[in-house]
Amino acid sequence: MQTIFDALSLGSLYALGALGIALIFGVMRLVNFAHGDVISFSIFALMWPSTDAMAVVFAGDLPWFLLIPFVLAVGAGLSVLSEIVVFRRFRRANPATMMIASFALGFVIRYFLLMLFSSRPKSISLLPALSQPVEIFGARIPLLQVITICATIAMLFALTAFLKRTRFGLEMRAAAENFTMARMLGVRANRVIMGAFALSGALAAAIGLILAAQTGTADIQMGAAVMLMAFIATVIGGLGSLPGAVLAGFLLGAASVVMQTVLPIDARPFRDAFVYGAVILVLIFRPQGLIAARGTKERV
Amino acid sequence: MSLLALSNITIRYGRLTAVRNVAFTLTEGEILFITGPNGAGKSSLLRAIAGVTPPAGGRIDFAGADITGRAPEDIARMGLSMVPEGRDVFGSLTIEENLLVGTGMHARERNWRSRAATELEAVYDTFPILKDRRHSQAGLLSGGQQQMLVIGRALMTNPRLIAIDEPSLGLAPNITDQVYERLIALRAHRALTLLIVEQSSTRAQLVGGRMILMRGGEVLLDGDARAMGQSEAMQAAYFGYGDH
Repeated sequence: MQTIFDALSLGSLYALGALGIALIFGVMRLVNFAHGDVISFSIFALMWPSTDAMAVVFAGDLPWFLLIPFVLAVGAGLSVLSEIVVFRRFRRANPATMMIASFALGFVIRYFLLMLFSSRPKSISLLPALSQPVEIFGARIPLLQVITICATIAMLFALTAFLKRTRFGLEMRAAAENFTMARMLGVRANRVIMGAFALSGALAAAIGLILAAQTGTADIQMGAAVMLMAFIATVIGGLGSLPGAVLAGFLLGAASVVMQTVLPIDARPFRDAFVYGAVILVLIFRPQGLIAARGTKERV
Repeated sequence: MSLLALSNITIRYGRLTAVRNVAFTLTEGEILFITGPNGAGKSSLLRAIAGVTPPAGGRIDFAGADITGRAPEDIARMGLSMVPEGRDVFGSLTIEENLLVGTGMHARERNWRSRAATELEAVYDTFPILKDRRHSQAGLLSGGQQQMLVIGRALMTNPRLIAIDEPSLGLAPNITDQVYERLIALRAHRALTLLIVEQSSTRAQLVGGRMILMRGGEVLLDGDARAMGQSEAMQAAYFGYGDH
């Protein structure tokens, strides 16, 4: 029981991260490696700059119904800003150039945080009420884990409804499949791309919030680890495919947790190697990903 | 009054010049065929008009405004709807979703939702097959149905001019007949201006109207399609003898 919840909550993080990457890849064929740093930034936005080990909180004490929108808005804002300031100039560049630009942007954000906060992880207590355990089917599960899973599912439903039911969602799906054709039907390129960045940034902030609440620390490296796994999930899921990204995110989370429990103790430090081995196997048999996205299919 | 006017349009891809000094005007309500052999620059010309590949030189005017170098979405919003070659349906979207993508451009206007619904019914009346399959994925349609879908999708934006690239490409002759039948009916019904690119001139001569014959990126002939039928220049353009 505990294992299932661990798998689901870790999978949730990866799924949200993968979704954020897939959203942007879908509309502009950009793998945004700065995504992980948006995750870190949205948490550090809650503190005053300082090099102390204890976070000097500035907005972290807000009640949850203000705190959450604040963090999400920070993530979305930074993401949209990065589109306007950086990626817009590379719109016509080839994908490799855009990818390198995203690396560069990631470093800029990370070193900006380093400058203000130093590299020392900070302890921050966010929403402390959530760390109490609850009893479900005889297992004691941290309340936070339950909330993480529920919140992720809620976000997935909200995003699906947004994409399926709203005009803007329809335009985003059309643009993800054939950007030029969508523009020829009057869909505004800049608005769709900024919308994708805003959503992606808000998802990144949600991950940051969950991570910080789970671990009680804020670390400028915190986004990078999730980002790596999330990127792998988007590749396995089929680059640009949103359902694929979510599915692969959960699968990766499950694989990590399961291997942690079933591997012999001596092999556990190498858990990630086993996970990546499984990734390679998947890609050998399904190089297009679990669910291939339409726009990226090879044309015959 | 001319709805679309091209002057001295030159299009280059790198060092290759695809279109050289092309000029023509199109009057409101007119039907114009652009024909010519492969590589004549017909599709490049349409892509330039739609704003997808801006011309290297020259000027394009639509509805009294200079649209040279404007973004595709701006040009579409001015009422110039493009149906590209290869049809480009959004395969993972349903047929109805495909039709609705372009209606967002009117979202600032009053009652746009009810107008879009009316428009949708009109398209379904023209192409009943689309209504029957409105909730299935567009990628599953046959070639002829996809052609009807993209024409319907262009109509949904309520355009003044529709530019269609090779509507007969990959279609059986009787399906092509159907597509043209609908196009001609629509034109009469809505006072549409049509700009149609076709490789072969037979369709233009069947339908009638004006025809521009291109070859090697230049305009060879411009005149009445039927009158042009037997001219020697026509033969020369396709089969390449004479002084070219």
